Amino acid sequence: MTAAAQATEASGRKTALCLLRDMLLCRRFEEKCAEEYSTGRIRGFLHLYIGEEAVAVGAMRALAEGDAVFATYRDHAHALLQGVSAGAIMAEMFGKREGCSHGRGGSMHLFSREHNFFGGNAIVAGALPLAVGYALATKLKNRRDVTACFFGEGAIAEGEFHESLNLAALWQLPVLFICENNLYAMGTVLERSESQIDLCAKASSYRIKSTCVDGMDVMAVVDAATEAVQLIRETGAPFFIECQTYRFRAHSMFDPELYRDPEEVKQWKLRDPIPGFLSKAVTAGQLLTTDLELLEKEVAGIVQEAVAFAERGTLEPVEDLLRHVYSERAILQSVGGGK
Amino acid sequence: MKEITYREACHDAVRSALMADERVFLIGEDVGSYGGCYAVSRGLLSEFGPQRVRDAPLSESAFVGAAIGAAMAGMRPIVELMTVNFSLLALDQIVNNAATLLHMSGGQINVPLVIRMATGAGRQLAAQHSHSWEGWYAHIPGLKIVTPSTVDDARWMLHAALADPDPVLIFEHVNLYNEKGALNESLTAVPLTGAAIRRPGNDLSIITYGACVNKALRAATELAEKISCEVIDLRSLRPLDEATILASVRKTSRALIVDEGWRSGGIGAEISARLMEQAFYDLDVPVARVCGAEVPIPYPKHLEDASIPQVTSIKKAAETLVGSHE
Repeated sequence: MTAAAQATEASGRKTALCLLRDMLLCRRFEEKCAEEYSTGRIRGFLHLYIGEEAVAVGAMRALAEGDAVFATYRDHAHALLQGVSAGAIMAEMFGKREGCSHGRGGSMHLFSREHNFFGGNAIVAGALPLAVGYALATKLKNRRDVTACFFGEGAIAEGEFHESLNLAALWQLPVLFICENNLYAMGTVLERSESQIDLCAKASSYRIKSTCVDGMDVMAVVDAATEAVQLIRETGAPFFIECQTYRFRAHSMFDPELYRDPEEVKQWKLRDPIPGFLSKAVTAGQLLTTDLELLEKEVAGIVQEAVAFAERGTLEPVEDLLRHVYSERAILQSVGGGK
Repeated sequence: MKEITYREACHDAVRSALMADERVFLIGEDVGSYGGCYAVSRGLLSEFGPQRVRDAPLSESAFVGAAIGAAMAGMRPIVELMTVNFSLLALDQIVNNAATLLHMSGGQINVPLVIRMATGAGRQLAAQHSHSWEGWYAHIPGLKIVTPSTVDDARWMLHAALADPDPVLIFEHVNLYNEKGALNESLTAVPLTGAAIRRPGNDLSIITYGACVNKALRAATELAEKISCEVIDLRSLRPLDEATILASVRKTSRALIVDEGWRSGGIGAEISARLMEQAFYDLDVPVARVCGAEVPIPYPKHLEDASIPQVTSIKKAAETLVGSHE
C-alpha cells in the first residue's frame, strides 16, 4: 500500500469514527433527555431529533470555524455539534443558570454566541430571515463564512421561507439552507399541505442551486453538504439541500401519534442511520465492530457528566426575573453606572 | 438656529449616521432609487451606493428579519418601513425575534437594530395607511419606542437609537414631515428616552407625544389667558418617563392625556393607570383623555379630522377639566 493510500485510509477511518461518535452522542444524549422528561426534571416542550441524526451530523461536518448555525426548536443535536457542551445544554433544559442560555430558553431556545450558534427558534421559518441577514453581514464585512440554516419541511408553507430564499438569491448571500424533510409538520403529512412536493423545485424557482439527498445516509449528507459549502465559499451564492429523513419519536412529548401508521414507523426504523452507517463502514474496512463499544462508553460518560453538571447547577434567584430584557450595558449607562 | 423641515432633519440624521459608521446601512422598500416614500432618503443611494442604501422587495418579514440577523452579526442596520400598517407584516420578526432574542439567550444575543416608520393620520390615506400603533408596540418588553416631535429630536434621536444595544422603533408622524422648525445647531446629541416639558404651566398637565405635541402647544397658547397649561412631550413611550409626568401632575393637580391612538388599551390608558397608582391623592379631578375615535380611520377629510385629537377638542377637554374644579 502506498503512503497516500494509507493516509486516505487513515483519514477515512478518522472521519468514520467521528461521524459514528457524533450520531451516537446525539442519540444517547436525547434518550437521556426523554428519560429526564419522564422524571420531571425537564419540562415544557421537548422535541427529539432521534432518527434524523445523519442530517445534522453530515451537514455540519462540512462547516468550518467561523461558520454560523441557525436551527429550529428541534435543536439539541445542532447545538452539540456546533461545540456547545452537553452539560450546558442539559443544564439549560433543567432551567439552571449554568445552561447555555442561562436557563431562560429551555430546550427550544439553545444559544451560544461563543460557538456562533444562534438558536433555537420556535417560530416555524422564523430563523430563515435571520440567517439571510447574518449572511448579508458576513458579505458586507467581506468574510467568506457560511451561514447554515436548518428548518423542517413544514417551514416551506410559510411566507418567510419564500421571502428569505428570494432575498438570499437576489442578493447572492452565502446561506446553506438545509431542509430536514421528516415528512410531517407536526401531524400533517407533506402531501396534505403542499401542492408541489418536489422541494428542490421551490429552490430552483428562486434560481438557487439545490440537491435532494437520503437523510438517513450520513455519508450522502456529508458529500452533498461538502460540495454545497465549497460552492458557497467560491461563489458567495446560496444553496439548498433537502434531506429526506424521519423522526422515530413523537413530535414532542405531548404527541399521541395518531397520524402515523405504526407500520410506516417500523419500516423507517429499519433505515436507522446509526447501524446503517456502522455496517457499511465495517464492510468498507473503515471501522471495526469493536469501535462501537468504545464509542458507546465514551458517549455514555459525556451524557452522565452532562446530567451531573445540570444537577449541580443553580437556579436563578427570583429577584433576577427582569434581567435580560434590555442589555445590561444600556441599563448601567442609563443610571450613570459606567460601561 | 436654522429653519428646516422635519423631513430634512430625518434625512440629515440618516445621512450623517451613514457617514459616521461603516456598520450602518439603510434598508427598506423604495429607500434607494425612489428616495423613500416620504422622500427622507432622497439622494442617499447615489452618495452611498446600493450596498449601504439597500432597496428591499415587498417582503417586510424577510427584510426586517434580515436586519435583525445583520444586527446579531454586529452591523447597525436602519430599517425604514413605509407605514406602521405595513409593519404588521413584520410583526413576527419584531416581536418574536428582535424583542425576545436577548432574553431567550440569557443576555448573549443583543439586537442593535433601528426601525423607522411613518405613523398617524391626517393625509386622507384611509384605514390601511393611517393608524397609530406606537402605543401598541410600547406594550412589548424588549423594545424601545420613541416618537420624535421636533426637528431637534428628528435630527438626533436616530443617533441615540443607533448607539443603543437593543432594538429601537422610531415613529415619525406623517403630518410632521413638512412641518418646519428651528434646529438648534449647537446640539450634537439628545437622550433617547426621557420626556421634555415643551411649555411650562401651573393649572394643567397635558401629556402627549408625536404630532399631538404641536396641537397641544397651540391649544395651550390659545388658552393662555384663562389656563396655564404645562405640555409634556413624552418622546419615549417605552420606557415611560414616570418621574417627569408625576412631578408635573403633582404641581398642577390635573392631567389631560392626548393620544392619537385608539382609547381602549392605548398608551393613554397606561399613563392614566400609572397616575391612579402613584398620584391619586395629588389629583384634584379625575384624569381626562382625548384619544383617537374607536373606528378605522375614514377617508373623507371631515371624518378623518373628527377621528383624531384636534386643537379644538384638546381646548375643550382642558376647559372642562379646569372648569370642573372651579
